[in-house]
Amino acid sequence: MSQNSEDRFDLIVIGAGPGGYVCALRAAQLGMRVACIDKRGAPGGTCLNVGCIPSKALLHASEVFDETRHTEDMGIQTGKVKLDLEKMMAYKQRGVDGNTQGVTFLMKKNGVAEILGNARLTRPGEVEVALLDGGTRTLSADHVVLATGSEVTPLPGVEIDEERIVSSTGALAFDSVPKHLVIVGAGIIGLELGSVWRRLGAEVTVVEFLDRITPGVDAELAKNFQRILKKQGINFKLGQKVIGVKALKASAKIILAPASGEGEETSLSADRVLVAIGRRPHTEGLGLEALGVARDGQGRIETDGHFKTSVAGIYAIGDVIAGPMLAHKAEDEGVALAEMLAGQAAHVNYDVIPGVIYTAPELAWVGRNEEELKEAGIDYRVGKFPFTANGRAKVNNTTDGFVKILADAATDRVLGVHILGAHAGDMIAEAAIAMEFSASAEDIARTCHAHPTLTEAVKEAALAVEDRALHM
Amino acid sequence: MASEIRVPTLGESVTEATIAQWYKKPGEAVSMDEPLCELETDKVTIEVPAQSAGVLEEVLFEEGATVEVGALLGSIDAEGAPAAPAETPVAEAPTPKPAAPAEAVAPAAPPATETERDALAPSVRRLVSEHGLSPADIAATGKDGRLTKGDVLTAISGQVSSQASHTSTAQTARPASTNQNAREERVKMTRLRQTIARRLKESQDTAAQLTTFNEVDMSALMQLRSEYKDLFEKKYGVRLGFMSFFVRACITALHEIPAVNAEISGDEIIYKNYVNMGIAVGTEKGLVVPVLRDVQDMGLAQIEQTIGDFGRKARDGKLAIEDLQGGTFTVSNGGVYGSLMSTPILNLPQSGVLGMHKIQERPMVVNGQVEVRPMMYLALSYDHRIVDGKEAVTFLVRVKESLEAPERLLLDI
Repeated sequence: MSQNSEDRFDLIVIGAGPGGYVCALRAAQLGMRVACIDKRGAPGGTCLNVGCIPSKALLHASEVFDETRHTEDMGIQTGKVKLDLEKMMAYKQRGVDGNTQGVTFLMKKNGVAEILGNARLTRPGEVEVALLDGGTRTLSADHVVLATGSEVTPLPGVEIDEERIVSSTGALAFDSVPKHLVIVGAGIIGLELGSVWRRLGAEVTVVEFLDRITPGVDAELAKNFQRILKKQGINFKLGQKVIGVKALKASAKIILAPASGEGEETSLSADRVLVAIGRRPHTEGLGLEALGVARDGQGRIETDGHFKTSVAGIYAIGDVIAGPMLAHKAEDEGVALAEMLAGQAAHVNYDVIPGVIYTAPELAWVGRNEEELKEAGIDYRVGKFPFTANGRAKVNNTTDGFVKILADAATDRVLGVHILGAHAGDMIAEAAIAMEFSASAEDIARTCHAHPTLTEAVKEAALAVEDRALHM
Repeated sequence: MASEIRVPTLGESVTEATIAQWYKKPGEAVSMDEPLCELETDKVTIEVPAQSAGVLEEVLFEEGATVEVGALLGSIDAEGAPAAPAETPVAEAPTPKPAAPAEAVAPAAPPATETERDALAPSVRRLVSEHGLSPADIAATGKDGRLTKGDVLTAISGQVSSQASHTSTAQTARPASTNQNAREERVKMTRLRQTIARRLKESQDTAAQLTTFNEVDMSALMQLRSEYKDLFEKKYGVRLGFMSFFVRACITALHEIPAVNAEISGDEIIYKNYVNMGIAVGTEKGLVVPVLRDVQDMGLAQIEQTIGDFGRKARDGKLAIEDLQGGTFTVSNGGVYGSLMSTPILNLPQSGVLGMHKIQERPMVVNGQVEVRPMMYLALSYDHRIVDGKEAVTFLVRVKESLEAPERLLLDI
């Protein structure tokens, strides 16, 4: 129990993912002495190492691969385009390394002590770390933040070996393109990875328990999205429950039964199976039970509106607490918590957190969807504009999709924006800013949007709320 | 050099007053001690004289506003020259500043400074221009105190929703260029007026509107009221009016004749299991119809209280747009203006509206004898597309029965 001044901090952050490292950086900017612990060996958490970043790298590379095989129309002749998967994986890894090294650099620049090891709370204010290099180190601080993130939710009865039956981690590192990849779960992760491997040449079948894909996403968008993915050659088996996955010598057998309970069992054969049914909070081995840090029925750490847990001096942010499991949500919480600890007023606006699916075309949304508004009994108007009517999309050949804006029927306030189309993830930022300032659809419609850009579709959708779109 | 106009001390224990009338408009010359406005309190009515000569620069509260002792009412520019008299035949209230809508582009009531206008959202800029509003006078609910489109829409609907607007915000005298002699005057309709006109026509063009009449002998109700009004007021702190009885009588009748509380939507009829009753409230500025939500759950005191609150909010121009929405039935009282009988117009998409009128003593035959009774004509305008004649008549009869024998409301029969 060393009271060494080296081990004494103002703030200890457990977890160096987007939530953790951002919290640490912000706290350091505000003058605190901060330590940030992670057991992975590199900072960046799931996001940088086995999540957002590597998947985006593969999504981009596979998209380029796909595009270069279809350039004839543009007058570009390529001959047969070949895939070197090993090199593509190295490209992905360079992206990952560049990012994780960047975080290490930022932490050093801000004087955050980066500590690699397994952390455990011994008592409030004290953290014992089993260092990756060997030995232990005990740190103390007035404030400890749990930013330990999430892990893959297992499928009951199915063992993930990251070879034949994989989680997203394994699916980001296949050493060969599967012949048939079966994906359990039609959520964001499953569809993103499915589209990567489809473009690289795999046959892809997505199995989903519900009778729709991407639960929570606006139903109209999801339907259109599914149609587009089907056109890309992805097969769907909706309303099916996976009751077993058997790993055989050179393949896997997936046994399905109708989710309704009525009907025959069927089976699929695949050489790789990706289990992507969701993620759950990661709280093992932190000593939380002994300290009485309360968790809810879903294993998330319970916090009040200020990220405080049930134990004084211990806070939690990110995937490990309630709310959307998104890196940017964790980051905003990290900043808000650091500012609160520094005595400032800080606040996360959970109503304006965008969501993005990085397939081609992309999906992006912020605010509420039609189903949510109907359920809340809110009178709203809809403005839609298809990219087929957008000049830029036409020349870029990215005419799939549309923009949909939902506005309050009485006040015209923008309640939700949903975009299916190329660069939707970038375009949604405009919508988020508008909503942060309680803008009306008219405000968006009366803001000048550059021509020719895809964002004009956002402007036209805003005009469409008042039935006065010009280019449709 | 500006001198302030403040509310003077009004007397012992009097802390506030209502502005009854402004005698001068901004831009007009005033001389020393000249009365600028009249303030009314419970005890006394006084005039506020100018503390200096000059030009009335700005006025911060309009007629009907309640102000506290010492509050700043406006200011006089002691060195100003009076504005060139614009021929404005309508007595304008000082704020919001009148607009000149004939200039299609320029905002008639520009915000005080460049930066203020720049800070307005595009929709806000437009609305404020079109309606001649002063952004500083509108309650803002946006981020960091910004105005949202909704805020401005609320301010507009809270001002006036129909005729009799003294503060005709965008009225201007623009005599037709050829008509120098002013036998006629062309006044452009305000956007609000145009909206009202359009909505009224829509109602007429859409609903198959008919009106059925009946009459109520108010004596039992008046008796009940005079007997219990003091006790009621003592307990609830609010006067016992007739409105609450009318509302409850309507609720009873609406339960029995649900079509009158229903709404047509496409090819469906939406029957509502609740009553949101719009109560037409007369204010100095005109008629507004705030809605008592779920009024079926309210007792008489709560109804009186809520109506009183709405009345105050309406007079202060503080009704929010939500206060005016969602009504399923409306009650309108033309009697306060002296109307004996009328055919109220439906407030779409509602299917019924009850008109109350003046209580007038008439000779009535009661048990074979002629007696003088206080009578009120009742009118129910209804949408014949979904309300049958029989239903409409029955509805009105039920209302009449409940009012002539108020104990029926207690017994729920």
